[in-house]
Amino acid sequence: MPGTECLRYVLKAAGPDSVLVVPACCTSVIQGIYPGTAMNVPVYNIAFAAAAACASGMSNAFCALGKETNVIVYAGDGGTVDIGIQALSGAFERGTNFLYICYDNEAYGNTGMQRSGSTPLGARTTTTPGGKPTGKKDLDRIVEAHNPPYMATACSAYPLDLYKKVKKALSIEGPKFIHILAPCPPGWRYPTEKTVEMGKLAVKTGTWILYEREYGKLTISGPSKAAMKRPAPLSDYINGQGRFKNLSPEVMDEMRQQVERNIQRLSREEAGVC
Amino acid sequence: MRERLALSRPTEASSGKTGSWRTFRPVVDREVCNACGLCAQYCPDGVIDEDLNIDLNYCKGCGICANECPKQAIAMVREER
Ligand SMILES: Cc1ncc(C[n+]2csc(CCOP(=O)(O)OP(=O)(O)O)c2C)c(N)n1
Ligand code: SF4
Ligand code: SF4
Ligand code: SF4
Ligand SMILES: [Mg+2]
Repeated sequence: MPGTECLRYVLKAAGPDSVLVVPACCTSVIQGIYPGTAMNVPVYNIAFAAAAACASGMSNAFCALGKETNVIVYAGDGGTVDIGIQALSGAFERGTNFLYICYDNEAYGNTGMQRSGSTPLGARTTTTPGGKPTGKKDLDRIVEAHNPPYMATACSAYPLDLYKKVKKALSIEGPKFIHILAPCPPGWRYPTEKTVEMGKLAVKTGTWILYEREYGKLTISGPSKAAMKRPAPLSDYINGQGRFKNLSPEVMDEMRQQVERNIQRLSREEAGVC
Repeated sequence: MRERLALSRPTEASSGKTGSWRTFRPVVDREVCNACGLCAQYCPDGVIDEDLNIDLNYCKGCGICANECPKQAIAMVREER
């Protein structure tokens, strides 16, 4: 459902001359069944492993026809960090002119909340009933290793920031990537009305850091600047979510250190200290 | 404002008028509202328009608008059906 809010802003920024490539995920349900589909732009549903490869083909075809149609992959975290990662890597290496957006609800939502590579440490899902024993795969550093001309993180709780990032991404030639944190009420087990609040807490605690990278150069986005100087206590974010119920003090400590390490790494990089 | 707030509007798709899924309905107190537009910005379904009218044909009653309203101008009231 936060995916819907993000999708509205993404499509508003992209405009009508766009096509979406959507692998199986909650978005393919929101989309509905033809001819009653919810989107006003063409949508191509594709097998998980092939989303970015399909976008490469489309992008080349549009180029051959002299069209400047935006090709946008809109995929979940499972479809990106696990199943679609090789096609994603291939398309970025080939320099495909497209935008890949991963909206990250930190599990396989559509099939009832199984853990994905993007599920954070300690989170309970149907396949990690005792809490996930390993941490969240750092997708952004994997994408960064491909040296894309533009990549950014965003969050559904900051829609105008997302809008600006999509606009900017689409103004740049080549492979672009945006990773959106999208809190999910049934998966994270918090009341639906707290969805925006949860996203803001992810940012305010420094758990999720909003930034942009243009040709490698890092710029921390407004909402995260203040949060990184003085992060809110991690418990503000954790305690409101049923998936983190009964965390052991060791896991809680590891999570705190992880947040701290990320904040330090990115602030040092932005300040030019290595 | 339409461009800035990315206000797309829902219409009837495969699931018909999705407002029937709702258990609670948002009710705006116009006396308290300061027209900041945040409810419209955050509504996942895009059912709040520029004049802050809520399209109850599609509002699913998630309560995000009420939770985010800085003036507490929106009450969530149980639907009688
Ligand atoms: C190859 C393949 N394996 C499994 C599935 C079943 N499946 C459909 S959606 C989905 C979950 C996708 O999770 P994610 O990409 O995180 O998106 P979300 O549902 O969370 O939005 C799965 C496992 C499938 N469609 N195809
Ligand atoms: S499972 Fe989560 S992400 Fe998927 S539609 Fe439901 S609320 Fe949205
Ligand atoms: S209750 Fe939810 S769907 Fe209804 S107007 Fe408020 S934010 Fe929108
Ligand atoms: S968020 Fe509250 S104060 Fe702002 S426009 Fe909506 S109802 Fe009015
Ligand atoms: Mg997911």
